[in-house]
Amino acid sequence: MAGAVDVQELRRTYGPVVAVDGASWSASAGTVTALLGPNGAGKTTTVECLEGLGRPTSGTVRVLGTDPWGASAAHRARVGVMLQDGGLPTTVRPLPLLRHLAALHERPRDVDALADRLGIPDFARTSVRRMSGGQRQRVALAAALVGSPDVLFLDEPTAGLDPHARLEVWDVVREEARRGACVVMTTHSFEEAERVADHVVIMAAGRVVADGTLDGVRGNRSLEDVYFELTAGARR
Amino acid sequence: MTAAAPAPPGRRVTAQAGFETRTLLSNGEQLLVSVILPAMALVGLTLASVPDLGPGRRVDVAAAGTLALAVVSTAFTGQAIATGFDRRAGVLRLLGTTPLGRGGLLAGKALAVLSVLAVQVAVLGALALVLGWRPSPAGLLPALVGLLLGTAAFVALALLLAGTVRAEAVLALANLVWVLLLGLGVLLPTSELPAPLATVARLLPSGALGDGLRASLVDGAWPWAQWAVLLVWGAAAGAAATRWFRWSD
Repeated sequence: MAGAVDVQELRRTYGPVVAVDGASWSASAGTVTALLGPNGAGKTTTVECLEGLGRPTSGTVRVLGTDPWGASAAHRARVGVMLQDGGLPTTVRPLPLLRHLAALHERPRDVDALADRLGIPDFARTSVRRMSGGQRQRVALAAALVGSPDVLFLDEPTAGLDPHARLEVWDVVREEARRGACVVMTTHSFEEAERVADHVVIMAAGRVVADGTLDGVRGNRSLEDVYFELTAGARR
Repeated sequence: MTAAAPAPPGRRVTAQAGFETRTLLSNGEQLLVSVILPAMALVGLTLASVPDLGPGRRVDVAAAGTLALAVVSTAFTGQAIATGFDRRAGVLRLLGTTPLGRGGLLAGKALAVLSVLAVQVAVLGALALVLGWRPSPAGLLPALVGLLLGTAAFVALALLLAGTVRAEAVLALANLVWVLLLGLGVLLPTSELPAPLATVARLLPSGALGDGLRASLVDGAWPWAQWAVLLVWGAAAGAAATRWFRWSD
């Protein structure tokens, strides 16, 4: 299915601050899109609009053909979300939390298998409050995956992870795309984008400055070189 | 593409209510405020001779006040603190993206508060019976109405507080208000307060809830005036929370 995620002329302002300034791009089912950009480029704001957590000031966003703002439970069941700050209740342990989130879905994944895949049993008796940053990241990723969604939004999914855990997460992300899901992830890691993504969108100062396949964007240079050239002076 | 689909609405809400209830009841601090402190208040007020609780058997007046305290503890203090910290941690935002949604989250919270309240009433009621409590049979139904109206008013106040100020401030204010309300009609009848304070306390949800429950459980009355005060507070706080509640910190 083409255009599982579609952003058209998205503009989002907070008072006088323009967070996203006319961004347009789309992402297809069965692919991984890496959304790159300096801090303040508008990546998280864009993703929040796609998740239904923010409302565009102007322009449109569509996920699976639906406006995510105020979308139905049926729509939300098809979308998995991993927030940058995790969004996990702090006093609970991971498996009861994942079982609870699974109960919100009609046909959830097997929680034990999902937890095994992400190494969660190693810290199953630890409450979220006492987990390391990397452990929380893994639980937050499992929470996004538990409904077997058609679209996945992952906001910096490997931030704070050690190299082994990052490889595991990359494998999981690729598996999701092979399964047919449309995966959109924000990242600051060029290695991550080059290892995992089929499609790259680079944002700077609220605008899209590059959009295409990985090879199309980087040409015969490294993604890092292209990034620095396109985002020079755009940090805010 | 998979056939990802949400569980039916009722199942989502009861799942959330069960999750929140288990979380509340497994939290030591919450148990202290919800059950242990009200139980200590019940025993202390029943066995001591001060403060003066006014007309009626002392255990009957104390038991009704303790049930009012249980409502304030769970519906206001507990819910405000839990929601405030969930908001700061991004939990409300995350759950808003799941099939539960914001409406389901609020319904689940309401059901969880009622579930915890049922546990509190059972535990504190049993303890009061052991201490000699004899509630008026004619007052049981109006007491239930009072408990529900009080719960609605205090949950609305809790959401207003939790949704508008920072989590640390919610923690401080919710505990401070809990202490202040003890003497403003929750445990002490407003009739036992000095005149100007009594007038103020009767117009507060604490006084309306406490006096209303005492009127029902001690005298078998239907306290319409106190219910009206609770309704006004519930409606005003509910409208304000709807207008100003912010889902993220």
